Amino acid sequence: MSQYILRRLLIAVPSLLGISLVLFVVLALAPGDPFSELATNPNVPPEVQAALRAKFGLDDPIYLRYLHWLTAMAHGDWGFSFVSRMNVDTLILQRLPTTLYVIGSAQILALCVAIPVGVYAATRPYSVFDQIANALAFIGFSLPTFFTGILFILIFSVTLDWLPFVYSTDIKASGFRWVLEMIRQAIMPVMVLGLFQAASMTRFVRSAMLDVIRLDYVTTARAKGLGQAKVIVKHVMRNAMIPVVTLIALQMPAVFGGAIVTEQIFRIPGIGSLLISSILSNDTPVVMAVTFVFACLVVLFNLIADVLYGWLDPRISLR
Amino acid sequence: MLDKELRSMIGKVKDGRMDRRAFIQRLAAVGLTAPMANQILAIGGVAMAQSPAAYPPTKRGGGGPLKLLWWQGPTLLNPHFATGTKDQDGSRLFYEPLASWDADGNLNPILAAEIPSIQNGSLAADAKSVTWKIKSGVKWHDGKPLTADDLVFTWAYASDPATAAVSVNTYADMTVEKVDDLTIRILFKNPTPFWANAFVGAYGCVIPKHLFADYKGGKSREAPNNLAPVGTGPYKFVEFKPGDVVRGELNPDYHMPNRPYFDTIEMKGGGDAVSAARAVIQTGEYDFGWNIQVEDDVLLRLEKGGKGKTINAVGGDIEFIALNFTDPNTEVDGERSSLKTKHPILSDPAVRKALALLVDRESVKKAIYGRAGRTTANYLNGPEKFASKNTSWEFNVEKASKMLDDAGWKVGADGIREKDGKKFKLLYQTSTNGPRQKTQAIVKQACQKAGIDVELKSVVASVFFSSDVANPDTYSKFYADIEEFQIPMTQPDPALHMKRYISSQVATKENKWQGQNFPRYVNKDYDALIAAAETETDPVKRAALYIKCNDLLWQDTVFIPVMHRLKVEAASNTLRPAISGWANETDNIQDWYREA
Repeated sequence: MSQYILRRLLIAVPSLLGISLVLFVVLALAPGDPFSELATNPNVPPEVQAALRAKFGLDDPIYLRYLHWLTAMAHGDWGFSFVSRMNVDTLILQRLPTTLYVIGSAQILALCVAIPVGVYAATRPYSVFDQIANALAFIGFSLPTFFTGILFILIFSVTLDWLPFVYSTDIKASGFRWVLEMIRQAIMPVMVLGLFQAASMTRFVRSAMLDVIRLDYVTTARAKGLGQAKVIVKHVMRNAMIPVVTLIALQMPAVFGGAIVTEQIFRIPGIGSLLISSILSNDTPVVMAVTFVFACLVVLFNLIADVLYGWLDPRISLR
Repeated sequence: MLDKELRSMIGKVKDGRMDRRAFIQRLAAVGLTAPMANQILAIGGVAMAQSPAAYPPTKRGGGGPLKLLWWQGPTLLNPHFATGTKDQDGSRLFYEPLASWDADGNLNPILAAEIPSIQNGSLAADAKSVTWKIKSGVKWHDGKPLTADDLVFTWAYASDPATAAVSVNTYADMTVEKVDDLTIRILFKNPTPFWANAFVGAYGCVIPKHLFADYKGGKSREAPNNLAPVGTGPYKFVEFKPGDVVRGELNPDYHMPNRPYFDTIEMKGGGDAVSAARAVIQTGEYDFGWNIQVEDDVLLRLEKGGKGKTINAVGGDIEFIALNFTDPNTEVDGERSSLKTKHPILSDPAVRKALALLVDRESVKKAIYGRAGRTTANYLNGPEKFASKNTSWEFNVEKASKMLDDAGWKVGADGIREKDGKKFKLLYQTSTNGPRQKTQAIVKQACQKAGIDVELKSVVASVFFSSDVANPDTYSKFYADIEEFQIPMTQPDPALHMKRYISSQVATKENKWQGQNFPRYVNKDYDALIAAAETETDPVKRAALYIKCNDLLWQDTVFIPVMHRLKVEAASNTLRPAISGWANETDNIQDWYREA
């Protein structure tokens, strides 16, 4: 087992190197530069722009810049943002708690909705419950988050005036009230994201369950007189969860990566909004760091999913 | 003639026979902006009016929180590194200049004890030096006193090319010396009629010597205070998350009485302009929304029964269509739009004039800008009542058609004009942006009526405005026949605004397209006027020269001004912000208060 994990980690190194090279080259070839805002400002002479470019090493050839980045990264130096002149790692860490809280809650909500609904729908296929669940799931994943987000704002903030729609990281309250406010302002984004995710996940859980529920061993379990609940939870679900685990594991990096659109609508200062604003201002070091961390997480969670298979189904052996 | 008249007017103001307002209005008639007019008075010997700051609150604090919504949040808090106005706005909460511009373009003393003038002997008659007296008793947020050393250091810091400050131009070509602990003297290399640039406004913010002394020059990026400002401003720094939020709290030692009004201040970033307008005007979650570039229809709808309203401030920002004087389709020595070529169609002045007749500014205003725009014929704009009266514009398709007929462009079989077998086709580019695309459509429609085939192109803003030498789609390369964008007037003086278009500034391959003269306009008369204006110490003559420059740009149709754009902000109904079109939104933040 540990040998397997070690081997997988070693294989990850060259693939991560490859990913970083591709990312770097694409970013270097992308048009635009971080000082474009200075261009129409007559106060700023072109020499200053040129000096800034030279200072930040933007005029060096691409391979040199890549090697600089790689050696610095190996030393744990993530570089600094061209735009805020702040270290990239502080910038990311600053936004991590909010992202984990909002996107994490949304994922948990999605799971809490999708698994029970999907399982129950699968036990009674084509029943009224199943039909309704299916219809709602289709509506859910057909509506994009930018639409539901604005709809929620119009209903709950503008018309009813119940919830705030600008997310604030510093709430002027303490203790219980603080917790309450944190929950209140997160309700809309979590709902929007969570229900969107839940919709597609419900369909997925349902079909995974249906695949398993008709197998002979389930009939055997029923025949030996086990109750419905026990059959479903112990025998069907455990096997049906293998593809679901894969899906969830691949969703996990997205928890870190944030949700660009939703974050923008509700002004959540998460990683997603950092990524998009950095892309728009051509802040390469930040874009590079966020995308690279994202790549690492995808590789890592794939590994975790593989390890989890072994636990869910002991017949799968990891060598 | 003009300067003689002006001189007698200044005399009248001096003896009180004419009031300031009347003087400014008279100057408006010849196209002078309010700040210019005031500066003329200052050099002419009349003290610059100090703003009548109507500020009713009678005690410091007690106003609760002030919540500002900037849909692009500040990303750094050093005013001398500010890449955009958002960074200047954020820095300005904590740092202060000697003076700021108020709504009428007057200087409003902040750290200065008084505004320099000839009467108080602080302004040299030859415009080569100015002496500023600093208020006594001003303290930095860490308790150290503000002295002349800090100002001298700020100059040395910003003007050092190794620091790579964006304010370097503001502090170049001058030396700043300490006269005594609370007095500095600025010595200009050349006569500088517009003396109120260094230490005024956003780039004028003074930084503390004791915290930045070790980080001048090459190490400037490493200063810990780039992200944790210690200034003299009305609010003390509490917290900063780049792109997300800036927070401050009341400065109990602030140097102005009864100010600030609010106990805490929060500047939240992110999102988009429409939802920012919603949060301020409709739900009242925030008190103030910055730069609300939203169609006026939408704003009017939000304002109905809302908790806030929009505020417009008049400055000099101009949205225009620039005409290319060179040929974008012929390559000479690996360079398109080269100075060695002439534009095959637009080099004819009659054609340029005809094009100007095809831009329906009234429709653009009605359909797009609404209250946020004013139609104009001028490139150099002040507030409406100060706009030059020598110029005019009209929208007239028949007249344009006739002019084109006369110029030899006859309508062909396909409805498109041609001359010597060449079709009248234009490529019209701009940066991707809703209002600009709509303007393009309006102009294209009129051109079609006149038999001109216009091809529209829009380029992502981050590419269009980039200085990337390798990219063909930048505004400065101008590989199109006409292009539209906006140039903001960053200071209430036309010098920088007008200097762009001298011959030596033409954007070429040689200067990596960094020259600011992107229309590639070459006119010896214009060069001579600018050169004369820059060395002219007589402010009255200088003013006349800039008016001539504007009129020359108009006569030659270098630009077709589309809209004189106003600043649009959203504020809650109870907030009383002090906003000037000549300065950043937060430039007079100490005067903001709330009416009960």
